[in-house]
This record gives sequence, structure tokens and C-alpha cells, in this order.
Amino acid sequence: MEMFSNANDFLLWVRGDAFNIALTILIIGVFIRVMEIFLLGRKNDFSEPRGTEWGPGLKNIVTRSVADNGTFKRAPFVVVVGYIWHICFFIVLLFFVPHIELINAMLGIKWPGLASQFVDAATVVAMVALLAMLWHRLTHPVLKFLSTYEDYLVWFVTFLPLLTGYIAFHRMIAPYPMALGLHILSVEILMVVFPFTKLMHAITLFIARWYTGAMMGRKGIES
Amino acid sequence: MNKQTLFKSLQQQGVTRRGFMKYCTALTSLMALPPSMIPIVANALETAKRPSVIWLSFQECTGCTESLTRSHSPTVEGLIFDHISLDYHHTLQAASGDAAEHAREQAMKDNYGKYLVVVDGSIPLADPGYSTIAGISNLDMLNETVAGAAAVIAVGTCSAYGGLPHAAPNPTGAVSVSSLITDKPVINVPGCPPIPTVISGVLAHYLTFGSIPELDELGRPKVFYGQSIHDRCYRRPFYDKGLFAETFDDEGAKKGWCLYRLGCKGPMTYNACATLKWNQQTSWPVESGHGCLGCSEPNFWDAGSFYKALSIPDGDYAKAAGYAVAAGVALGAAAGFVNQKTKSAAVSQHSTVSVDDFAVNKDKK
Repeated sequence: MEMFSNANDFLLWVRGDAFNIALTILIIGVFIRVMEIFLLGRKNDFSEPRGTEWGPGLKNIVTRSVADNGTFKRAPFVVVVGYIWHICFFIVLLFFVPHIELINAMLGIKWPGLASQFVDAATVVAMVALLAMLWHRLTHPVLKFLSTYEDYLVWFVTFLPLLTGYIAFHRMIAPYPMALGLHILSVEILMVVFPFTKLMHAITLFIARWYTGAMMGRKGIES
Repeated sequence: MNKQTLFKSLQQQGVTRRGFMKYCTALTSLMALPPSMIPIVANALETAKRPSVIWLSFQECTGCTESLTRSHSPTVEGLIFDHISLDYHHTLQAASGDAAEHAREQAMKDNYGKYLVVVDGSIPLADPGYSTIAGISNLDMLNETVAGAAAVIAVGTCSAYGGLPHAAPNPTGAVSVSSLITDKPVINVPGCPPIPTVISGVLAHYLTFGSIPELDELGRPKVFYGQSIHDRCYRRPFYDKGLFAETFDDEGAKKGWCLYRLGCKGPMTYNACATLKWNQQTSWPVESGHGCLGCSEPNFWDAGSFYKALSIPDGDYAKAAGYAVAAGVALGAAAGFVNQKTKSAAVSQHSTVSVDDFAVNKDKK
């Protein structure tokens, strides 16, 4: 790399300027996407409400986390592996102590971490789950037909931080500042891609589920 | 070179054969050589002639020399250092002025092509006037002295990577030795200061093998800088268990837990402190309760706060986030406005289909 005289300079850049750039793009992108959704609005509903909106809306955010029976019967692989992936991913993201330090520095909140071997195992399971998902996407004829360039991009930018994190933790690339720098850079790529792809589901799922629950609540339907 | 061998010189200073062999064994294992190499190392050191060493001190604080010379009791490392023919060293030599410079010139002349040059301190390029010796700029003295050297040993982070003088905004335009010397082997022995054993170990390696040790991509001997502090840290099990000190006087600190959260740079620092320790193997920074500063790494002064964990971004991210929120709100509002415009335009341009439209088609039939 011509730009950097050594791995430490690279690490400093990804921890400094590159992070600021990625964070700026992430925040601007998320604000544009979310405000677009809210500002589009809905037509006034003049019918007399039969129930409340807020309670059922919030409840729906939680209850929709469980796949309904029909979905599970149709795609058990996606449901099970999807669960495994998300749980392991959140273990890695939220319970690895260096990650908690990052969150604490930025948001001022912290909680106890998990032993790094446990996080390490979760990383491996998460990677295997992602690889299984990719294999499923490539072998399932319907899924493959429906998959676009974006689906593979999203898979790739999600897989990369796990892989580079695993490499950095096990110090498989020397020197370590290079390994850590690549990991942080891969997360920054994810941050940049996030608002403009279906990765936004991490935020919009709350809006979508709440809205569904609230509409049903207003109509007096039990959700 | 002086005729007296190293072993003779050590014997005269009261080092026993047993003590000498112990040192050779330790050195052999330190250099990651098999035990079968011990007699070879011992033999090489026994018969090694005194190499001429010229020590140049540029923009430095003398800490590196202090590290090497301020042992409470004489060590074999110190005696090895005594053994070399240190023909020029500002701080240690008795001569001054012209006599001192003459000693340097004489040593260069007598041992041309064979002497070692040790440099501590960085070299100012912004203005030679920032640091001169006997009216000679550091750059001129370096170039002149290195011309006839066998190899250059850059002792301390200042000479290896620029160090403190190189830190932003680098008013003197300080640079490292290796950025100036490209036609001679340069061995970087960084640290602020480097471990005395490492300094003498590099000299011992040169005496034993007559060549420079294998170096990493930052020019450091792999035998001493091949492993990170984190990998050899005795507090590592606490890191793996997720047990961390969160302040310097909490329960975790008292129990000797990992100092990662307090900003320890051990994971990114390559040095031998965790194994060789300091002050005759008494202790080292992490053992005394303070995180590693990463002093053997380039630009460690500018690598963010010593007390910020390595995983925390170093820039002014709060400011960036603030601007981003403002820009995001403005752009989001603009996007919402455009979308509503598009929507209302679509509504107003929407033409309804009436029965008459179908009637026209019917007529055509």
C-alpha cells in the first residue's frame, strides 16, 4: 500500500479518517431512508378505531420474531439457519469486550462481556451459517432465480467482518495492526453499504412490524 | 579491532565460565536457536574480537543510553557492552570538542568498512540548526560516519521510526535512520527505551554470527520482536476469560486482570518486555499495573490516547456524527419533499377512465 508507510499507519487511518467517513455515510443514509418512509405518510383513516395502536404495534415487534407455522413448514432451513446466524452474530457483535468498549466510547453504555473463546466459537458458527445460506441460495432454483447482485453483495459485506475478525483474533495475518486494520475496514465497508441495501432491515423491521401490529390493533384484530 | 577476546575481557571482570555459559544458553534460547547451538554461540563469543562501535546521539533524550548503563549491578549484558570498543559516545566519553571528533574520525579510519554505527535519536531535516554536534549537522555526521560502516543499529524508537521528535506536528522535520540510509544494513532496535538485553543481544548476535539477524518488515530483529506483548502477557488468560480492570484502582486492577479496557496497546505491540522484563527481570509495565504504550511501534505518540482501548475509533467521531445527523435530517427532509411532490404530481395527472373511453374503442370496431 503506497498510501501507508506501514501497517500502523493503516490502522490509524481506519480508526481515524476512514471511520469518520463511514460513520457519516451511515448516519446520512439511514436518516434519508427512515425520513423518506415517515414523510411519505399515510392517508387519514376516518373510521372509528376499535382498538388501540401503540400496544399491539409494540407487541407485534416481539411476536413476529417467531416464524409462523406455515413459514416454518415451507422453509425450515431458512428459519433455523437464519436464527442460528442472527443469534451468533449478536453474541459476537454485542458481547466481545473490544466491541463493548467501542459501544461504550460512542454511546456511553456498557455491559459485561463474554469469554473470548465463547465469542470465537459463535464467530465460527455464524460463518458456517452464512456459508450454508449462500449454498442454499445457489442451489435452490427459485431462490437462485430471484437473487440479484445486491443479495450477493450484502452476503459478502456481512461475511467479511466475521472472517477478518476471526483472522485478527487468531492473529493469522502479521503484523497484527494489519489484521485489526482489515477487520475495522471491513466493518466500515458494511457501514457504508448498510443504508443503501436490504441490510436496512435491521432498522426498518421495527417500523414495518409496528405498523402491521398498529393497523391490526386499530381494527380490533388480535395479533 | 582490539586483540583481546570477549571471554578474556569478561574473565578479567570476574565473570566465571559457568556464568558465561549460562548467559550463552539464555542468549541461544532467546535467539530461538536449538540447544545444539549453545557451544557454537559460546565459542563465537569467546573468540570474538572487540568490534569498534561509534555511537551517534542525535535528537534524543539519553534514555536509551541510560537504559543500557543504569543497571544496579553489573550484568553480563552490561559487560558485553563494556567489551565493545566504544570509540565515540557523547555522553559516555571523557574527551570533548576537537579531541572527541578526532576520536570518531580515527576510529572510522582504523576500522573502515568494519565498524558498527549505533544511532539514537532522530535526524532533523527541516533545519540542520535544530541539532548539531561540533558544528556538524546530524545529517552530515550520519552520512559521513555511515559511509565506512559494516552495519547501522538504530537504537530507540526515535532513530528507528522518528519517535517523539517525529510526532505531529514534527517541527524539526525529524526522520528515522532507515529513511536516510539505504545502502547499508540498518537494524532497528525500537523501544522508548529499548530493553538493555535486546540492545546487547543484537550486538551478541553480530559477534556470534558476523551477520545481522533476520528482520521483520519494520526492520526489527525477529528474535526479539517476533511476538506481541499480548501473546506473551501473563495477564492474557484474563483477557480470554473476559475479566478486565476498568479503572486503575478497582477490584479487577487489584486482582491483576487484563488492562485492555484501560488502553493497553499490547495486542499491536511487538517487543520482548513480557518475556525479558526490565531491571534485571524484576518487572515490566503491565506487571506494575499500567497498560503497554506500544513504544516499540512507529508513530506510537500519534496513535491516539494511551488510555483508549485499541478498538475505539481515534478521530473526532462525535463531531462527524453531529454533522452527519444535521446533513441526514436536511437530505431526508429534501428527499421526503421530492417524494411527496412526485406523489401529488402523479395524483393530479391521474386521468380517470370513463365509459366513453371504451365507447370510442367500440366505434372503431
